[in-house]
Amino acid sequence: MIRIEDVRKKWGNFSLNVSLEIEDGEYFVILGPTGAGKTLLLETLAGFHKPDYGKIFVDGREITELAPYERKIGFIYQDYMLFPHMKVRDNIAYGLRIREREEEEIEERVNQLAKMLGIERILERYPYKLSGGEQQRVAIARALAIKPRILLLDEPLNALDEMLKEKIMRDLKEINRESKITFIHVTHSRSDAIMLADRIAVMKDGRIIQVGRAAEIFRKPISKFVAEFVGVENLFEGEARRAGGITVFRMDGMEIYSSLEMEGKAYASIRPEDIIISREKMESSARNCIEGVVKEMMDMGNIIRVNVDCGVPFMVNITHEAMEEMKISIGEKVHLIFKAQNVHLFR
Amino acid sequence: MMKGKDEVMVVFALGAIVIVIMLFLPIINLLFAGFDGLMEAVKDKNAWKSIFISFEAAFFATLLSFILGLPLAYILARKSFPGKNVVESIVDLPIVIPHTVAGIALLFILGRNGLIGAPLNDLGIRIADSMAGIVAAMLFVSAPFFINHAREGFESVDPRMENVAMSLGASRVRVLATITLPLSMRNMLVGAIMTWARAISEFGAVIVIAYFPMVAPTYIYSRYLEHGLSYAIPSATLLLILCVSIFIVLRAIAGKWRRYDKD
Repeated sequence: MIRIEDVRKKWGNFSLNVSLEIEDGEYFVILGPTGAGKTLLLETLAGFHKPDYGKIFVDGREITELAPYERKIGFIYQDYMLFPHMKVRDNIAYGLRIREREEEEIEERVNQLAKMLGIERILERYPYKLSGGEQQRVAIARALAIKPRILLLDEPLNALDEMLKEKIMRDLKEINRESKITFIHVTHSRSDAIMLADRIAVMKDGRIIQVGRAAEIFRKPISKFVAEFVGVENLFEGEARRAGGITVFRMDGMEIYSSLEMEGKAYASIRPEDIIISREKMESSARNCIEGVVKEMMDMGNIIRVNVDCGVPFMVNITHEAMEEMKISIGEKVHLIFKAQNVHLFR
Repeated sequence: MMKGKDEVMVVFALGAIVIVIMLFLPIINLLFAGFDGLMEAVKDKNAWKSIFISFEAAFFATLLSFILGLPLAYILARKSFPGKNVVESIVDLPIVIPHTVAGIALLFILGRNGLIGAPLNDLGIRIADSMAGIVAAMLFVSAPFFINHAREGFESVDPRMENVAMSLGASRVRVLATITLPLSMRNMLVGAIMTWARAISEFGAVIVIAYFPMVAPTYIYSRYLEHGLSYAIPSATLLLILCVSIFIVLRAIAGKWRRYDKD
């Protein structure tokens, strides 16, 4: 287990202050906007910077004071940082040569990694002759060569096109599963985070805001920032008060009900797929039934996204079958129905 | 539109030709004029002696620039610290100081009664009028060229590349030896060539601190003063040919030096 205990680091006007626990073999994603301090955190974990305060433990052993070359923590930068004066083969072998391994052993390990990553044919080339995807694979092979305990990845997918990105993501996930190496991957892309992460930490202004499984964070963001950043739709600002065993959330002259307990100023979010559209007003156990006008419909392939103006705009996802049945059209009056337990409240 | 652009290029090309001729004509002219008397200089033992002293002193000045300048170049490339721009200015200062002034400043500190010269003199080490003095003068005027080139070389190596090397198990020293130095070697080579060239061409500072032993420029100047222009031409031509040849060869080597960003 990796334990980051109240690690603080000042960097100009910026200050990092992080506590975090990461399980063995986990694919851990740190998600946050540019300037959140994600890279600084990774570089501090790798030992490139000494924290001003706090401790870092790996498997119970403190590594805060260890030099980077004593940590066995691999590092992959967004722009790969391959050594331009060495062939691919020598790039991958670098860490093993430093450790003065037998040449035979080195060759075997390099060939094995090259095979795993599908880069056997470029071993004799220099980095400047490689495509972005190839460079990325070489960087991964080079980091894995020394069998690190932990692999740190700093926005490693940014420079790749979509197709390649997906393929490398699958590879990363597979390597993580098979090697049992703990991956800590930093990104600003929520789709990358969803695809890759066992758990996600959302980071902002040098602090970790929320940690949890992807589903938890996207379903139950604990703050407006997290909600907005992970792209929660139907996000409303208002005031909550308890009344008769349920919470009434008041916004823009409209009231909706939530089963979460909360009092005072708060935000509410309802996932677009948790809302049903109906032509008739329905009193049901769902509790929430509000009236609105269909403003816009977008066919997204597997679903149709419907924008309904209820005084505030709601986004609703419905299936093609539901659409076939109801045959709603733009300008029509409809009712939106959703359960009180699907109204997520947070501050 | 295209025509307007071309007219600018025509004017620029004319200006370019004028400056190239101004730079090159005196040299070519001297080569032709001095060619007849060249054998005379080739047989002149004193001319050769002064040329060897020049080459030797310039070599040591370059070597010292390398050894002493490299750490400073690395620090300037990697670290920011209070007073950094002051240090940068100090490094560049010798380039703007007139050479005779540099010579006088050096003599003042390194001479028999100088701040550094006096204690050395007590130890029996003389700097003024010695090989050491020549090297000191050459070092003073030429070290900035090495420091600035080496610094550029170090700056061209991304510190994150050094980070990655460290994460792979390399200590700071190994990172320098296996990553940073190999990648900035070309810059340092060019810097060393410029330093050597600057050192060998130095006259003003050297003549102030050490008239003897005579370096080639001093020898040529003394020939000119004692016997007139025509007596100075053969040895000047010889020095010119040697320097230009060596410069061309070194530049060619540096040009061929492996680069990693293209074929």
